[in-house]
Order: sequence, then C-alpha cells, then structure tokens
Amino acid sequence: MKLRSAIYLASAALVLAALTLAGALPSGAADKVDPVADAKAFRKFFTDKFPKVKLEDFVNGPYSMNEDLYRQWQDKEQFPPYEFSLEMGKEMFSKPFKNGKSYADCFPNGGIAIRQNYPYFDEKEGKVITLELALNRCREANGEEPYSYVKDEMAALTAYMAFTSRGKPMDIKIPNDPRALEAYEKGKEYFYTRRGQLNFSCATCHVQSPGERIRAEILAPALGIVNAMPIYRSEWSGMGTTSRRFTTCNSQIRAVPLSPQDDEYRNVEYYLSYVSNGLPISGPGARP
Amino acid sequence: MTVHFKIKSARLPTLALALVISAFASASTAQAQSTVDEGRKLAFDRSKGNCLTCHVIKGGDLPGTIGPELVDIKSKYPKREDLVAILNDETLRNPLTVMPPFGRNRILTEKEINAVVDFLQTL
Ligand code: HEC
Ligand code: HEC
Repeated sequence: MKLRSAIYLASAALVLAALTLAGALPSGAADKVDPVADAKAFRKFFTDKFPKVKLEDFVNGPYSMNEDLYRQWQDKEQFPPYEFSLEMGKEMFSKPFKNGKSYADCFPNGGIAIRQNYPYFDEKEGKVITLELALNRCREANGEEPYSYVKDEMAALTAYMAFTSRGKPMDIKIPNDPRALEAYEKGKEYFYTRRGQLNFSCATCHVQSPGERIRAEILAPALGIVNAMPIYRSEWSGMGTTSRRFTTCNSQIRAVPLSPQDDEYRNVEYYLSYVSNGLPISGPGARP
Repeated sequence: MTVHFKIKSARLPTLALALVISAFASASTAQAQSTVDEGRKLAFDRSKGNCLTCHVIKGGDLPGTIGPELVDIKSKYPKREDLVAILNDETLRNPLTVMPPFGRNRILTEKEINAVVDFLQTL
C-alpha cells in the first residue's frame, strides 16, 4: 500500500498547490482576488518544483525542462526555423495599407518593443485586448480584411513584434477597475477548470505535469508559457499563433475549442501573461 | 438391455462431459486470448485508451511519463474490480488525478474496459 499512500500524499500536495495557486479558494470571506499574491505563489510553485531551472529560462517551454532538449534548442537558435516568418513579418509590418497608413500608426511607440504590454485591459471597452486582436482591429480600422488568427500572416506579424521586444520583461497591468479584476479571475478560473471528454484543465498539463512526457512531447510549464509566442513547431512544419496553440490544446483533450479570440481565451491569456510578469519575452520561439 | 443401456448411459455422459469440458476449456482460453488482444489494442489505440500517452506499457512505443509504469498489475491489484474502478473513474480515488475517467466520460464502454482489464492482468 505504499503506492496508495504515495498517491494520497501527492494529491495532498497538489490540493495545497491548487489552493495556493487559486489564492485560497473555498471558505475565505468574500475571497478578495489578489493578483499580486497569486503571481508570487505561482512563480514560487515553479521555482520550487524546478530549482535548477533559471527563472528566465522558463520561457523556453519544453526546452527548459530537459537538458538534452535544451542543447538541441541552442543549436537550433543558430539557424532558427522561424527566420522566414520573421522576415515576412518585418516586411508586412512596414508596408503601408492601401490608405497610406501602417501598423505603426495603431500602436504606441510605432509598435516596436511593446509586446510585453499585451494583452492589456481596455477600460473604455471593459475587455482584454490581445496583440492578435489589436493587429486585426488595426487592419479593419484601415479598411483591410482581418487575417485568420491561426495562420501564417498573423504569426509573422506577431513574430516580428515579439522579436523587437526580446528580453523585455513581461509587464501586464491590472488597472484599478473591477472589470479588469474580473477578467483576470475568469481567466484563472478557465485555466483551472477541467473540461472535455478527457477531463483535463490547462493546469492538468501545464501545472501538474510540466516536464513530463505526454507520448513524445515534453509539457511546457505554465510560468512564462506565452512569452515565446508565436512559435515555429516542427510538428506543424510551420508557425503557430497563441490562438492556434490554445485551440489545439483544447482539441487534444477532446473538448470543443472556443473560437480564437473568444473572451475566455483573451481572459486566459491575460491571466497567464500577468502571472508571468517579469519573465523576458523570448518570441518567436522554435519547438520540436 | 437394461444393462447395456446402463453402460451406455454411464459412459455417454462422461464422454459428453469430457467433450464439453474440453470444448469449454478451449473456447474460454481462445476467448480470454482474444479479449487480451482486444484490450491491448484498445490500450494502445490513440483514439481509444491511449494509455501510452501517460504510461510505459510493455510492447508499446513512445510512452509518456505522466503515470506510473504499468507492471506487476496482478500482484498490485489482485481484485479486478479495483482495476475496473480505476478505469471507470480514477478521480474517485484521487480527485486531482490527471488520468481521464474512461468509464464515466464514456471514452470506453463497459465491455472495452473489461477487455483492457484482462490485458492489464497479463502485465
Ligand atoms: C492534454 C494536455 C494539454 C492540455 C490540457 C493543454 N495543453 Fe497546452 N500544450 C500541450 C502540449 C503537448 C504542448 C506542446 C508541448 C509544449 O510546449 O508544452 C502544449 C503547448 C502549449 C503552449 C505553447 C508552449 C510552448 O512554449 O511551446 C501554450 C501557450 C499552451 N499549451 C497553453 C495551453 C492552454 C491555455 C491550455 C488550456 C486551454 C492548454 N494549453 C491545455 C498539452 C496540453
Ligand atoms: C493523462 C494521463 C493518463 C492516461 C491517458 C491514463 N492514465 Fe492511468 N494513471 C495516470 C496517473 C497519473 C496514475 C497514478 C495514479 C493517480 O494519479 O491517481 C495512473 C494510474 C493507473 C493505474 C494504477 C497503477 C498503479 O501502479 O497503481 C492503472 C492500472 C492505470 N493507470 C491504467 C491505465 C489504463 C489502462 C489507461 C488507458 C485506458 C490509462 N491508465 C490511461 C495517468 C493516466
């Protein structure tokens, strides 16, 4: 019965972890949402679990979890497979729209070195605005058709914008607005809620099992998990946006994925980015 | 006549019984073998059990590491109900398990679960 007690111990540890992560869930009086404490506990959970991984390395997803893979990643960075997408993104970004304006006109600082501030909470609209969403809104405001959220053009644009922000610490703000706090809380709830026929939450894979193999893939830790987006994946033989990754993860657990940039995905991205504050932007990333 | 009959009737059932026994025995091993094969297939099939996603299992390729290796199952779980229960819904034993509730969420039917359990008992 050694195994049973091991299971109980492990589950007790997980309950504890889940509670800390969820910021003292059940009984607490009128549970005040406390993102600062959340982010601290979240970071500590991962640094305790992986004491050998440097904080800034968590952003390298599966590569941070395995020394052999890490070496492969360093080799790959010599001839990065996202180079093509990056070039394309740079060109697209500087090319004016038909009306003569360009992406630079839609963003602070001409869109350069600002990736770390996305997503942000828009107090006028009362919603979370991701970089992908802001790019399409920019296009539409200038009379251009929006791009697919899961295809190459969007990946190229976000790859370029991430590249100009490499090394900048993620810097997500939660303004003093109850709706912002609510968006954060909803994102967190989505992240920890089990769904799909396989009964997985995002956290099942990326909090409970990072570093483990799921078949041949090594699971990335949730800390810094969005800092490397978009990513080139050999398995996709191409680039994937954040939207593509979220919907793919949902399909893998036989859940019906939401449509890209659904409010819930925007909230999850807000939550995940906030709790990764301080970790460097490393996108675009390359993955096995 | 009576004696004759008696002898016949005494021998017949034994013979019949022997025949029945051997037929039954061979049918049941054949059946056991086929449910074991069926169970293995279900366990390895990506769209069914896909147990290899998380468990090392003898004879399976590219296993994951999320769950424990499935070995010596019969000595660890001598009662098949325990295995059926784990497959039906492991969250009952461990609410935070990552193992999917194959029975509860109808990923596998009762019959399929039984076949997988037959297979597990050979490990
Ligand atoms: C069944 C397990 C599973 C679940 C549940 C899951 N993912 Fe994933 N996720 C993966 C796998 C496998 C990969 C590819 C390997 C890796 O990078 O972790 C991945 C990769 C990612 C990545 C890219 C990480 C990187 O650095 O390459 C992000 C972001 C991500 N998942 C977010 C999510 C979100 C958000 C959810 C919930 C909506 C979720 N995942 C649910 C399995 C899962
Ligand atoms: C997504 C991961 C995952 C999948 C898929 C999975 N399991 Fe598991 N399994 C686990 C984990 C983790 C445990 C450890 C116990 C726990 O978490 O409660 C476990 C425990 C077990 C045990 C008990 C092992 C022991 O040594 O006590 C058996 C038996 C088992 N699984 C069989 C299966 C079978 C058969 C399948 C496929 C039909 C399967 N599992 C699919 C994750 C998984």
